[in-house]
Amino acid sequence: MPFAVVLILLVVGSILFHFLSPWTFTELASNWGMVDLTVDITLYVTGFVFVVVNLFMAYCVIRFRHKKDARAAYEPENKKLEYWLTGITAVGVALMLTPGLFVWAKFVDVPEDAHVVEAIGQQWHWTYRYPGVDGKLGEVDAERISADNPFGIDPEDPHGQDDVIVYNPEAHIPVDRPVKFLLRSKDVLHNFTVAQFRVKMDLVPGMNTFMWLTPTVPGRFEVLCEELCGIGHFAMRGAVVVDEAADFDRWLAQQTTFSEQSARAAGNATIGAAQYAVCAACHGSQGEGNAALNAPKLAGQPAWYLKRQVMSYKTGLRGVGPGDTYGQQMVGMVATLPDEASVDNVVAHIQTLPDNATVTTIDGDIARGQKLYTVCAYCHGGDGMGRQALNAPRLSGSSDWYLARQLRHFKEGVRGAHPKDYYGYQMGLLSQTLQDEQAVDDIVAYINTL
Amino acid sequence: MSYVAFADRDHEHEHHDPDTFITKYIWSQDHKVIAIQYGLTAIFVGLIALGLSAMMRLQLGFPNDFHFINPENYYQFITMHGMIMVIYLLTALFLGGFGNYLIPLMCGSRDMVFPYMNMLSYWAYLLSVIVLVISFFVPGGSTGAGWTLYPPQAISAGTPGVDLGILLMLVSLAIFIVAFTMGGLNYVTTVLQARCKGMTLMRMPLSVWGIFIATILGLLAFPALLVSAIMMLFDKTLHTSFFMPAISSMGVDPGYTGGSPILFQHLFWFFGHPEVYIVALPAFGLVSDLLSTHARKNIFGYRMMVWAIIAIGGLSFIVWAHHMYVSGMNPYFGFFFATTTLIIAVPTAIKVYNWVLTLWEGNIHLRVPMLFAIGFIFTFIHGGLTGLFLGNVTIDLPLSDTYFVVAHFHMVMGVSPVLVVFGAIYHWWPKITGKMYNETLGKWHFWMTFLGTYAIYLPMHYLGFAGVPRRYFAMGNTDFLPASAQDLNAAITISALFVAAAQLLFFINMIWSLVKGPKSDPNPWHATTLEWQTPDHPPKHGNWGHHLPEVHRWAYDYSVPGYKDDFIPQNVPADKAPAGRDHGGAH
Repeated sequence: MPFAVVLILLVVGSILFHFLSPWTFTELASNWGMVDLTVDITLYVTGFVFVVVNLFMAYCVIRFRHKKDARAAYEPENKKLEYWLTGITAVGVALMLTPGLFVWAKFVDVPEDAHVVEAIGQQWHWTYRYPGVDGKLGEVDAERISADNPFGIDPEDPHGQDDVIVYNPEAHIPVDRPVKFLLRSKDVLHNFTVAQFRVKMDLVPGMNTFMWLTPTVPGRFEVLCEELCGIGHFAMRGAVVVDEAADFDRWLAQQTTFSEQSARAAGNATIGAAQYAVCAACHGSQGEGNAALNAPKLAGQPAWYLKRQVMSYKTGLRGVGPGDTYGQQMVGMVATLPDEASVDNVVAHIQTLPDNATVTTIDGDIARGQKLYTVCAYCHGGDGMGRQALNAPRLSGSSDWYLARQLRHFKEGVRGAHPKDYYGYQMGLLSQTLQDEQAVDDIVAYINTL
Repeated sequence: MSYVAFADRDHEHEHHDPDTFITKYIWSQDHKVIAIQYGLTAIFVGLIALGLSAMMRLQLGFPNDFHFINPENYYQFITMHGMIMVIYLLTALFLGGFGNYLIPLMCGSRDMVFPYMNMLSYWAYLLSVIVLVISFFVPGGSTGAGWTLYPPQAISAGTPGVDLGILLMLVSLAIFIVAFTMGGLNYVTTVLQARCKGMTLMRMPLSVWGIFIATILGLLAFPALLVSAIMMLFDKTLHTSFFMPAISSMGVDPGYTGGSPILFQHLFWFFGHPEVYIVALPAFGLVSDLLSTHARKNIFGYRMMVWAIIAIGGLSFIVWAHHMYVSGMNPYFGFFFATTTLIIAVPTAIKVYNWVLTLWEGNIHLRVPMLFAIGFIFTFIHGGLTGLFLGNVTIDLPLSDTYFVVAHFHMVMGVSPVLVVFGAIYHWWPKITGKMYNETLGKWHFWMTFLGTYAIYLPMHYLGFAGVPRRYFAMGNTDFLPASAQDLNAAITISALFVAAAQLLFFINMIWSLVKGPKSDPNPWHATTLEWQTPDHPPKHGNWGHHLPEVHRWAYDYSVPGYKDDFIPQNVPADKAPAGRDHGGAH
């Protein structure tokens, strides 16, 4: 008897859980309401079966439980009943399958007026490419991918010249216009998912895949990678911003094309040297850093990283978090660099400075630090030299007190809190694995030995 | 000399009983000893995998509170947990364990047809387990590629254990498949060739049918895994490009060109989907016998049950790409595979109906094995129905790669088969050991496991609806998930730890039974099948003493009208007891 009661309670409890659960589909933001409808149909058909069969089973357990002198019936078969049950099941299955196939037919059939956005996955970042004014994407090739041509675009292909390249994890699309996402991976499998859009598709290296949708609600929607792509899988985030048409056009016009990117002049170290005078006041004339002034060493850090940080200060992604007093100072200082070209110049100058050894200020358990560092090594390299392809800066040879402070800032959300600071967000997630203060010191002590 | 069927050539065999400890228990060729060796080894690795799942649940429930869990070993935990549970525990336990023990006894044979190969099968399996366990301790650790081992990621930078871990994993799989093939050929041949007189195919207990068809599936499906493991080994060590296209791995060109990652997925799931039924069909069979015996009623619709097992086995080979709806394969495949997948629901539903209808007008003894059997029906209904979501290509779009998938497959191929495993161990324990277990402890074990697992997996489906992706070390902050999702994760973890701890009851019970348990009756459940009719209890080497049994009826003559007992063993002649409804016909 108690068993049957528990079975009944489980059925009732499951239904209650379903209707009371706050954990349900996110609010839909695309045309794929039909997907939700298919889910609902399946839910009701299967829910009906779940309730009926289990309650019948509970009834049997009550009604036919062992009693003294009871005897079971002998009924090997009941053809008619078996055929009926088979028939009813087949009808139920057809009821669920038909809308599924109908909606899938729409999904595989991309509307002709859909505009194209290419989403590119790599360990563990998203980037995007738009076809430019000619409406065609240029040829790409994995073997052509390099630091200077991260998308691997064929420079000979005229269609590629006007391609708009977005080297950060945030894409924009206009509302109410069908969009075909062309999906491409540089390295391993990834999966492009926006929960609110309901559709997803894998990115497969060596081939192009696609999916389409029409966004219906303006706003920012997070992109998650949903195919295991290595240790940083869970930190591979991005966003799709759905704009009104005019906002989208404005945004697109501000982006860089492939030809503009290729034609960009390298920074001029000589001009940069003059502008560096402001920086030298704190960071030192050789870029050696000054712990007393809370200014880290700059020399030896790669150009791409220095530039990204200066630009982050300039565009408000960094130095705005509560408690980031030193970052706020930097926001004021970088205002002396009027434009991107001047940033390039200063960075070019810093590249000429000698990479001298730093003074060790932090002690820790090096052996424990080495163990902890295995996770860091996936991006920053076993030698701590950093890897541009992974957007991971150099750690070795840096001011150790600065590394420790940044780790703490990432952990506490002082740095990386801005929603557009995707690289900072990643470090936020990963720095959480350093549970205690000592772990930070240990890891930095180990980096000092690299 | 005229032809004599293999099974009837008993007098040609000489039965040398093994006499030393080594030949009796270590290098044993006795199917019962090999079954126990298989079973104990499988349960041992299963406990490792259970421990791994506890670690990953700790991280998910209480992110970053445990310093010994980081993203690197987290991915190693999930990978090894999945691989061990699916292959090294469930496949080995159902076929190597129950298959070995029950096939000869239920078919009325003296042993497997090839006892020496049967022994080799176990030792090769043990070797595969040893290689697997070694991979935890090599530099870089075991592979963290996920149990599906998808390339390029499985053999590319950025994945834990990319040097030695993945190599040992692939080698271990290859050895396992060799072991399985030696065992599997044995099981199939024994069922086809060594049944005793009168044991026609349509008189066989459903346990044998389930194990038999599952073994055929295994023999056809595992080669696909074997070749993909070998091809990936070549890609990794010889730099071939079966599965590896030209890529830029962390800014470096590793020199591959032209391979196809999707090809691996097709090969993997051509094995992987039948694998679901390699685990499920034996469970279907065993649970049918548990239900029938403890409800004192014939299994309802035996013929339909047999044909459903065969139909499911056949269909399981043409549904594999439902694991790949959003893999980037040609999307038009979706129409075909969604249709075949949903069709498989029909024979599966028939099995569920027939189990429940077996209870109808029964005389249900709620003993421990029966609790597990009915618990299985409940969880299997749940897991089967959520399969109708994921199998329906459109619904896979939002739910694929989320916790809905994790909840579904744990319900249908984790919890459900494991409930059957426990039910079957309790059911056959008296036959295997000659001892009884403690009924009260067994009931506590059932309740904690059954309710605990439901508390884990029912809510987990809803995390999937909300959009929580699987294989995430940490969610971090997102805009679209309510903060309560983390609370739910914590609750799930607590349930999971509770269930893991509850398994202690099982082991305490079994050890207690071995040491202090009362002697059991040779046929404590009053069952009809042959393994309960052995002359010795527990059965000795050769199983049947001087004379093989002869079968006169099907396996389900329970409560036959006009007979005093409520069961008639299969070897009772027709003139001693009324023949029930017999589909068997003449031998």
